Amino acid sequence: MSTSTLPSYDDVVSRYEPVIGLETHVELGTRTKMFCGCRTEFGADPNTQVCPVCLGLPGSLPVANAAAIEATIRIGLALNCDIAEWCRFARKNYFYPDMPKNFQTSQYDEPLCGEGYLDIEVPGADGPIPFRIPIERVHLEEDTGKSLHVGGSTGRIHGATESLVDYNRAGIPLVEIVTKPVAGTGALAPEVARAYVAELRDVIRSLGVSDVRMEQGSLRCDVNLSLNKPGAEWGTRSETKNVNSLRSVERAVRSEMLRQASILDDGGRIVQETRHFHEDSGDTTSGRSKETATDYRYFPEPDLTPIAPDPAWVAELKAAMPELPRVHRKRLQADWKLSDHDMASVINAGAIPLIERTIAAGASSESARKWWLGELSRRANETGTELAELPITPAQVAELQSLVDGGKVTDKIARTVIEGVLAGEGGPAEVVAARGLEVVSDTGALTAAIDDAIAANPAVAEKIRGGNHAAAGVLIGAVMKATRGQADAKAVRELVIARLS
Amino acid sequence: MSAISRDEVAHLARLARLAVTEDELDRFAGQLDGILQSVARIGEVAADDIPPTSHSVPLTNVLRADEPEPSLGRDAVLAAAPDSAEDRFRVPRILDEEE
Repeated sequence: MSTSTLPSYDDVVSRYEPVIGLETHVELGTRTKMFCGCRTEFGADPNTQVCPVCLGLPGSLPVANAAAIEATIRIGLALNCDIAEWCRFARKNYFYPDMPKNFQTSQYDEPLCGEGYLDIEVPGADGPIPFRIPIERVHLEEDTGKSLHVGGSTGRIHGATESLVDYNRAGIPLVEIVTKPVAGTGALAPEVARAYVAELRDVIRSLGVSDVRMEQGSLRCDVNLSLNKPGAEWGTRSETKNVNSLRSVERAVRSEMLRQASILDDGGRIVQETRHFHEDSGDTTSGRSKETATDYRYFPEPDLTPIAPDPAWVAELKAAMPELPRVHRKRLQADWKLSDHDMASVINAGAIPLIERTIAAGASSESARKWWLGELSRRANETGTELAELPITPAQVAELQSLVDGGKVTDKIARTVIEGVLAGEGGPAEVVAARGLEVVSDTGALTAAIDDAIAANPAVAEKIRGGNHAAAGVLIGAVMKATRGQADAKAVRELVIARLS
Repeated sequence: MSAISRDEVAHLARLARLAVTEDELDRFAGQLDGILQSVARIGEVAADDIPPTSHSVPLTNVLRADEPEPSLGRDAVLAAAPDSAEDRFRVPRILDEEE
């Protein structure tokens, strides 16, 4: 790897134009596999959800899953794609231990869904900036098994002495969504890539056809990127595989832009290759070279009939589409009375469903938004996780707010409560009880603390008696210190002034 | 004119992970050539109005409902494996990825 210092991002985007392309794989949430009746439960014991069809044993015959076909067409419709009137599956031939049939049943030049687009927005200084991401195709294929590489450093191919394969995942329906190359995003390329994947995820979730959980691998993303000088032809692209969080999508685009610019600056040339993204360092390393064209010898799958969706049925599916996320968001923005800027922050944080569920659990939209975008976003950033992955539920956030509203804890102490919940100490009420965080509302204790503060600061007390209420700060501070911050500062202020007037 | 070259046979053998000797390359190239030339004769009778056929029976949309059926069971599955460990198929380490 080159150790030369990378150019700055601003410098790169002032001299190069990025072209991005995204290939996204989505595991459908069907009960059974694509071509056989094996179950698809995540986390089942190894090799307990396999049969002769998904193992590719001689004589077994596949039959396509109707629910998977329907789900793929609905995804295509949500992405404004043309739905094929007739198409075939194809065999993609290659040898790899995670594919026991020695071919993957996929689609080649006849995808179920053709060209379409997805409209997205990224936040800008003067409001959201819209982009239309052109979709090349949406096709249906099957997932591969899962390999465990042993003998080397944990789970990695490099240095492994053998591989152990679990075929439970082999044959689960997998939808591949491929964009056309997207040019013209400039410095926003990383954000556009992220916003596209986020929007795609939300669209698919709204259709209820997949749980689209990146951390469980039910949504996986490959990022293609090339750079060119303004006005020049597009450059050679690299393909970064298996980028598995929204944040990583953004980082992978950015790091590839810097890496490629540094090579081009030195007069080098970009090799068309697969690269691997590393979560820890945020950069990519070379995988397999694509210099020699891969020869998959695709041919139409003879064991499966062609698919010819009835146009009337497709029209019915289209008429029954749910409210799509973009429309849903516009409605929420109006309900929550948010500016474009505030709504963009909510979207960018991936907080919409969290806020919705917090409101559903009884919190106001203001308080729900405040916690998720404030304290909780800060915690998520600190630990480098997505907001939704924080170990606190929307119901717990609503419970915390009701403790604040009920005067049980102060706003400030609520942050300590969050710390406890995130540390796994239980729900908000349990943390308050276990850590003794409840507001000191015992008037006797408060009065004693106030009297002590007055006795210790006679000059200040005199000022307040003289009508200088601004001087009360010193006494409030002393009381707060004595109560370890657990008194309500506003109440203390009122008590101090009442006592000295 | 031959329909398939010796080099193409060597390429296909490599893709199919078949170890083919030099002598076999010549022999198979000849045999495959004969097969391909025979099949090519279909092109002589197929007019422009006959589309290429991939399926012999004119069926579409043969699908199954998304209903689970019993799987094979782990022991039966692994009995067919050349080797296994930790309830998984054990295979030689994956060397370089696909060429």
